[in-house]
Amino acid sequence: KCVKCKENTTVLIIRAGDAFCRGCFKEYFIHKFRAMLGKNRVIFPGEKVLLAVSGGPASSSMLSQVQEGLSRDAPKKLRFVPGIIYIDEGGASGQSMEERKRAVAQLESVFRATNYHYHIVHLEQVLSLPSSVLEAGSSATGKPPTGSSYKAAVDHLIPTRKNQNQHPDLSVENAQSHLSNLSMQEVQNGVTSPITPEHTQALKRLFASVRTPTAKEDLLHTLRQHLILHTARTQGYTKVMMGDSCSRLAIKLLSNISLGRGASLATDTGFSDPRHGDVVIVRPMRDYSSKEIAYYNRMFDIPSVFIPGLDSKAQDKASIQRLTESFVTKLQTDFPSTVSTIYRTSEKLHTACPPQNTNTQLSAKCLLCVCALDTKLGESHCQCTKMASHHGNGLYSLNKNTQYCVCSFREPETVDLKSLLCYSCRLTIKDMTALDALPQYILSEAERRRSQMREEISEFLLDEEEDEAIPRVNGS
Amino acid sequence: MVSLLSLYLGGGAELLFGSVKEHHVTLPNQSEPWDMKQLLVWIRGNMLKERPELFVQGDTVRPGILVLINDADWELMGELEYELQDKDNVVFISTLHGG
Repeated sequence: KCVKCKENTTVLIIRAGDAFCRGCFKEYFIHKFRAMLGKNRVIFPGEKVLLAVSGGPASSSMLSQVQEGLSRDAPKKLRFVPGIIYIDEGGASGQSMEERKRAVAQLESVFRATNYHYHIVHLEQVLSLPSSVLEAGSSATGKPPTGSSYKAAVDHLIPTRKNQNQHPDLSVENAQSHLSNLSMQEVQNGVTSPITPEHTQALKRLFASVRTPTAKEDLLHTLRQHLILHTARTQGYTKVMMGDSCSRLAIKLLSNISLGRGASLATDTGFSDPRHGDVVIVRPMRDYSSKEIAYYNRMFDIPSVFIPGLDSKAQDKASIQRLTESFVTKLQTDFPSTVSTIYRTSEKLHTACPPQNTNTQLSAKCLLCVCALDTKLGESHCQCTKMASHHGNGLYSLNKNTQYCVCSFREPETVDLKSLLCYSCRLTIKDMTALDALPQYILSEAERRRSQMREEISEFLLDEEEDEAIPRVNGS
Repeated sequence: MVSLLSLYLGGGAELLFGSVKEHHVTLPNQSEPWDMKQLLVWIRGNMLKERPELFVQGDTVRPGILVLINDADWELMGELEYELQDKDNVVFISTLHGG
C-alpha cells in the first residue's frame, strides 16, 4: 500500500501517484528539510538566522522544522541560532487595529512557545527606514565560503574523544545557549516601536496611489524585503530563511517572467539569494508542495494563523500574480507533475558571473529590488532628448562615444526614478500616481544616486561660453 | 439515512463561511446515500456566504483546495464518488494565496 514501508494503509498521495502512510510521510517530510540544508551548505554552525514567518502554512511549517532540527540529540543536528520576524501588513491590507492586534497576539503565543527571540515589525515602520538599507553590504568573509571550510567547521563539532579532551568545558551546546541568552537580554523581545495612526494613513496613501493590484503586490513584496533586511542587519543576523514552497516558487517564476524580471529569475527563485551581500536569503522549503505542507500541518497540529492580505478573495484575473496562480494550480490538478517540472527547470538557472570591469559600482543595482540593472545607461540620452524637445532648449552636445548625455539641462523638481530602476520596477512605479508617497529613504537614496551620477558626468559637461566656440560633434 | 458530519475549513477557506472554521451539519434525509458531489452542491446552496466560485468550480472544488476525509486524502477514497458515512469528518484546506 504505502510506497515506502509497503505495509501500512495510505493516507496521502503526493507528486504523481506516490501514496504514503502517516509515519512514512512524517519521516519523509522531516528528512527533506535537513537534506535541503545539508545539500546547500550555506548555513554555518553558530550563525544567526532570521526566520521570516508570515503566519501562513509554509512559514509555520518551516518554523516547526527548525525546532525539530535543532532539538535532535543526534551529532548531526542543525546548529544555528534562530530568530523570528513577523511583519504586520494590516495597515496596507485595510485591517482594523483590533484585527491586527488579535492576529499579532495569536502569533506571539506561537512564537513564545518556541523560546526563540522574535521581532514583530509593522509595515508602517518602512516609512522610517534609513536609506542605507538600499546599499548592498559586503559579505562577512572576503571570499565565498567553500565546501571544505564548511566541512571543517562542522567536523570539529562532532564529539570525538580527541575533541572532548581538547575542549572539555566549552561544548557547543553551552556556547549556543549562551549566545541566545545574550541576545535575549540585550534587546527587548517582541514589539518594536509603536506606530501612530498618521503612519498608517501615510502607508494607506502610498498603496492607494498604486493603480493596479499587480503593482501593489510587487511594491508590498519589495517593502517587505527591505524591512526584513533592515531587521537582519541591525540585529546581527547573517541569513534569512523564507518559507517559499515549491508551488509558490513555480508560480513566482512564471509571474516574474510576466512582470519583466526575467534577468533575476535565478536569485528570485533559487535556494540562496545573495543580492544584498552581507545578508543571504535562503529558501529551505522550496522542495515542498503546498499539498504536502497543508497535510503535514493538519496531521501534526502545526499552529498557523491565516491573515487575510491584499489579495484575499481577489478574482482570478485581478493581477498577473493571481492569474498565474490560477493557471498553474488548474494545470496541476490535471497534470500533477506541472509544479515539479517548473521547479526542476528553475533549479537549472544559475546567475552568470558578471564580467569583471571597473564600472560595476553601486549605481549598477536597481534602487528598489537591488538586482543588477538590466537597462543600459545609454537610454538616459533618449530621455534627455525627450526632455529637451519638450522644453524647447536644444541639446548642447551629444557625444555618442562616451554614451553620456551632456546637456546641461536642469533636473526637474521631482526626482526622476526611472533611470535608477530595473525594467520591472519601472513598470511598478509607472502605475503609481503620486511618487512622493514613497517612503523617504527611497526618495533620498534616489536623489543621492542621481547627484552621484551627475558628478561623474560633470567633467564632460561643457561650459556655456565654450559651446559657441566649439563646432558641434558628430553633426548631431 | 441522516448523516451527522463535522466540517473543518482551513487555510483561508473559512473566510467564505463567515470566518467560522468548524461546522457540524446534519444532512437532510434521502433514499440514496450522500456522496461528495451532492455534499458540495449542498454546501454551496446552504453554507457558503459569499463568492461561491472561490470554493466550488463546476462539479468539484476549486483547484488548490485540499480535501481530507477522516484525515485521508480524498483522492484515495474516490474523490467525488465517495459515499459519506455517519460521523465522517471532512476537511477543506485552501492552499491558495488569497484564501
